[in-house]
Amino acid sequence: MNIIVCVKQVPDTLAVGVDSKTNTLIREGVDSVINPFDLHAAEVALRLKERYGGVVTALSMGPSQVIDTLRQVLSLGVERAVLLCDIGFAGADTLATSYTLATAVKKLGRFDLIICGRQAVDGDTAHVGPSLAEKLGIPHISCAVKIHKVTDKYIIAQRMTDGAIEKVKLSLPGLITVSKSINKPRTATLKGKMKAARAEVEIWSAHDIGADESKIGLKGSATRVVKMATPKHDRAGLLLEGSVAEQVKGLALKLQQAKVL
Amino acid sequence: MSIRVIEEKCSGCKLCVRACPFGAITVTKKSAHIDITKCSFCGACVEACKKFNAIELIREDAAGFVEVDKSKYKGVWVFAEQKCGRIVNVTFELLGKARQLADKLAEPVCAILPGNKAGGLARELICSGADKVYLAESSRLGAFIEDTFTEVVTGLIQEHKPNIVLFGATAVGRSLAPRVASRLETGLTADCTGLEIDPKTGDLLQTRPAFGGNLMATIICPNRRPQIASVRPKVFKDVHRNDLRTGKIIRYDYKNHTLTQKAQLLAVVKDSAKSAGIEDARIIVAGGLGLGSAGNFKLIEKLAQVMGAEVAASRRAVEAGWFCQTHQIGQTGKTVRPKLYIACGISGAIQHLVGMQSSEIIAAVNKDAKAPIFNVADFGIVGDVLEVVPALTREVEKMRTAGQAEPVTTDIESEQQLALSN
Repeated sequence: MNIIVCVKQVPDTLAVGVDSKTNTLIREGVDSVINPFDLHAAEVALRLKERYGGVVTALSMGPSQVIDTLRQVLSLGVERAVLLCDIGFAGADTLATSYTLATAVKKLGRFDLIICGRQAVDGDTAHVGPSLAEKLGIPHISCAVKIHKVTDKYIIAQRMTDGAIEKVKLSLPGLITVSKSINKPRTATLKGKMKAARAEVEIWSAHDIGADESKIGLKGSATRVVKMATPKHDRAGLLLEGSVAEQVKGLALKLQQAKVL
Repeated sequence: MSIRVIEEKCSGCKLCVRACPFGAITVTKKSAHIDITKCSFCGACVEACKKFNAIELIREDAAGFVEVDKSKYKGVWVFAEQKCGRIVNVTFELLGKARQLADKLAEPVCAILPGNKAGGLARELICSGADKVYLAESSRLGAFIEDTFTEVVTGLIQEHKPNIVLFGATAVGRSLAPRVASRLETGLTADCTGLEIDPKTGDLLQTRPAFGGNLMATIICPNRRPQIASVRPKVFKDVHRNDLRTGKIIRYDYKNHTLTQKAQLLAVVKDSAKSAGIEDARIIVAGGLGLGSAGNFKLIEKLAQVMGAEVAASRRAVEAGWFCQTHQIGQTGKTVRPKLYIACGISGAIQHLVGMQSSEIIAAVNKDAKAPIFNVADFGIVGDVLEVVPALTREVEKMRTAGQAEPVTTDIESEQQLALSN
């Protein structure tokens, strides 16, 4: 079975802090990492390949430094990696991104399953998976937590919804987005790392995939960011004074006056 | 789209370097340089450089893109989600917001209600602010399946051309809205915390947290319609129901549509209605990294018990393995709006604040008087949580036994959790 895994390079957001004096982001020395959900997506793909055979291709879009992220998935056992890299792709929203990915998927040829992480931790939108499925005209399910069965015609998986787990049958070719609880991703072996270091990451431009220029990057984006601002807060903020006993007494009294206790 | 540094104005102060979420800016020889391959044109640097105005961002609009005739798109729509024969609460919250937006635009509010035998629910939507309900009933719409729901929702949108469509950012909404927006080739903004109408252009100003909530981004969809946004449960207030309101129920005509189904629901494996606990809690006591260990979470649980509250945790406490992820508050967890939120040992990173700052009353306990949590707190105690929390527990207990407060029935039997981990 031929599987495509979509991966994204994200800033290591856990390391992002806010300077309390200037209220600006502290980003110096922040590394780029693979979106954590995508490691689980790659793991699903590799396990399916090991069981049913086939080829796993990793696909990403971004600047040339994303090659490092693609090498990381190559070191895990992914056979082929393609990076969509073109200044024309810059500034893409999720609509333009999914168009671009869809165009590349069509160029990759026949596939059975596309696997994406549930969401990327930098944007947190969870849009690209479902939107990509729509652009390809294939069905999808979001937030898969378990794979039951795979045939060449369909996949049976469990998905997590609000407060319930549902067993769903999805016809193939199709797309699933996966949650972190679906598996525990493997770590690369030394052999895998050495192989990945020699492997070629294919770089495709907008021209290479035959993308319509009006649908990619910022030009192809429906949304625009018009303002970025640090959030403002405006609560009264009464600090209770005295010893611990006096402080808690004061707080309890205030809460009682507010009729919440 | 282009961005440039106006060298004459640049002082080399590096404020932009710190503001850039992508590490795309370097300063050499007292002038900033922007690496265009890393830049996403987000404008954070422009904001940071207000003092010097040395960075110019030009957002020219797409050449060759045919702008839609916006005047043809009217109405604020809400996707009405239902579960087990009941309207999901976020729908009412969205109807309240939709009503405000529609009144500003002088346009109607409509709800889309797909389902199997869902007709009985339409009236509720009207009482909560809808002028019209588009009712799509079919046995194929009994369970949520992405492709059939996409077909119905996009079919209705294409036929009636609404200006704005709102989805709840629930599991259903998050899977459906991107498919709908993608088919309609229009914009979608996820997890909005604010929605306003721009008085000048009439566009929808959609505010959402960006970069882990460290910044708030305002996003518009200037040239395409409808403008689509998703909103998390509990971000907006519940609407006041008016049983006397009148409205129209319009049945969806399927004649030009076939509901193809490339996926099907086989079974509901586990239905844990109780896991909605913290979203509906009246009081929440939340613990953070300041507690120092998993064992100290017991102090939080004890306080919650005497207050009749639910326990929640910050992301860092969850990542440290001290509490379960289903009770995580914040951007990657849940958004809550209880009557009282008590933050214990939580510094208040903005990604946490976006999940709880609309609570009615916020109390905070933290040893650092400068912790950002105090910026959103109504009442604060600067002190050691390990000392303050047990003292507060005793104080509340004392109040209860003294009969100064009504006793609260506590229900702290352990939340039935989704056993997901393999």
